[in-house]
Amino acid sequence: MIKAVKLCKRFADKEVLSGIDLEINPGMIFGLLGPSGAGKTTLIKIITGQLVFESGEVKVLGKNVSELTGEDKKQIGIMMDNHGMYERMSCIDNLKIFADIYGVPYSKTVEALNAVGLAGSAKKPAMKLSKGMRARLQLARVLMISPKLLFLDEPTSGLDPVTMKYIHKLILDQKANGCTVFLTTHNMEEAAELCDEVALLNEGKIIERAAPDKVCRKYNHRKRIKIHLTTGEDIELEHDQKAGESIMKLMSDGRIETIHSSEPDLETVFIELTGRKLENAEEAEYA
Amino acid sequence: MHNTLVIIKKQLKDTLKNKTVLIQFLLFPMLTLIFEHAISIPDMPELFFTKLFSVMYMGMAPLTAAAAIISEEKEKNTLRVLMMANVKPWEYLSGVGIYVWMICMAGAGVMSTSLPASDIPFYLGVMAVGFLISIAAGACVGIFAPNQMVSTSMVMPVMLVLSFAPMLAMFNDKIEKAAGIFYTQQIRLLLNNMTFDGIKPECFVTVAVNAALAVILFFAAFRKKGLE
Ligand SMILES: Nc1ncnc2c1ncn2[C@@H]1O[C@H](COP(=O)(O)OP(=O)(O)OP(=O)(O)O)[C@@H](O)[C@H]1O
Ligand SMILES: [Mg+2]
Repeated sequence: MIKAVKLCKRFADKEVLSGIDLEINPGMIFGLLGPSGAGKTTLIKIITGQLVFESGEVKVLGKNVSELTGEDKKQIGIMMDNHGMYERMSCIDNLKIFADIYGVPYSKTVEALNAVGLAGSAKKPAMKLSKGMRARLQLARVLMISPKLLFLDEPTSGLDPVTMKYIHKLILDQKANGCTVFLTTHNMEEAAELCDEVALLNEGKIIERAAPDKVCRKYNHRKRIKIHLTTGEDIELEHDQKAGESIMKLMSDGRIETIHSSEPDLETVFIELTGRKLENAEEAEYA
Repeated sequence: MHNTLVIIKKQLKDTLKNKTVLIQFLLFPMLTLIFEHAISIPDMPELFFTKLFSVMYMGMAPLTAAAAIISEEKEKNTLRVLMMANVKPWEYLSGVGIYVWMICMAGAGVMSTSLPASDIPFYLGVMAVGFLISIAAGACVGIFAPNQMVSTSMVMPVMLVLSFAPMLAMFNDKIEKAAGIFYTQQIRLLLNNMTFDGIKPECFVTVAVNAALAVILFFAAFRKKGLE
């Protein structure tokens, strides 16, 4: 579906992507993770033909990006955080414009609004929508065209948990319909829940790539047990026999409030791999 | 071609909602109707307001409308979405151009109601050409400006010069001469005459040069900036 070979991209003197190799198979949800400024958006822009690149090769739907025809592009849905709406127009009119362009019947616009839960706001002008509603309208705009390939750049960033869940369901529905999804996110839980495969992008390279649980298991050597004591203290123990004895003792003393065994999640794996947190890579650079 | 029609349709839907642009479209046609019917000053040349306001309309409405529409679309990042939907830049620009032209022609139609019926075809023909030049100039600004603020401040001086030159030209010969380099002043002379007979060749040359300049600037702006 998507294939990149030794892809490099630089802005002025800064190399943002240095040799990306990537292959995404049809029908899967692929998640690209990485700290802010890692080049996730840049990679999406290159794959969707919005940016040129220096060297390497990118194929989408089996063709070079520059060779995609109008018909090919009609099968590709793209939702970027910097994409806008016609503010004065209603939700339904916003969709109708693109229904006209893509040549899909208006019935699809209504279906799409229903699907994203905006049927009640169909006549509302886009400027009166809340952030979560806007995100859903944007999603309706790409879902309406029944894409074969869907790019979502941080589809849920800054949204409340309910809207987030809702959008997750829509994304999974797309997969069920045979759509291939390429998404980026900062949210590890989201990636673990949605993606068949994740790739971690750091400093221009893909440093790890596998199914989310596989990635976690691979770094499972950091299994730990966290205990919160009645005194308010937190302690962390290694997963070994000694820990068992200490826990027994604490328990019989009645000093344990809660106890967790912490499997490494994608977040901790990421920190281990890159030595930095996902959200604040830029800050770390300044520090 | 299909996409051009979609853009025109989208703009038509937006017409009543987009107050800033709507005012531009309505102002002079309404002023004309009011002034022609309500005010009569002795010794005033016949159809004075219709002719003056027509050229002011030409220098203002298409220019500001085209610039505002394109720059807003850039500022709000909707143009990007259109491009991703495989709308070609020329399809978009011609859609906006045709739309502005149509609305302005409707405005000119309203303004022509005071004219004798026999003058109307000449009047509309001349206005049609003038609008095209203004639209090219406006689109040029729209392409150049990254957002509406910049667009407004770039359009303002051009618009003032183009639309007020014909009015100021009435005050003295010097200004009239200077104003003569602009197509709006030349078109005003044409409208005063209401026929091509007896018009000096300079007039056509000036209009042609203005038109060529607008078109060249338009393509230069487009080549330099594209629609991003
Ligand atoms: N048009 C541009 N010109 C110059 N540099 C750019 C441009 N676009 C992006 N960059 C740089 O490329 C790097 C990667 O940016 P990109 O937007 O791809 O990051 P990202 O991974 O999407 O980050 P985020 O998670 O914050 O969205 C950044 O250092 C950014 O400053
Ligand atoms: Mg990004």
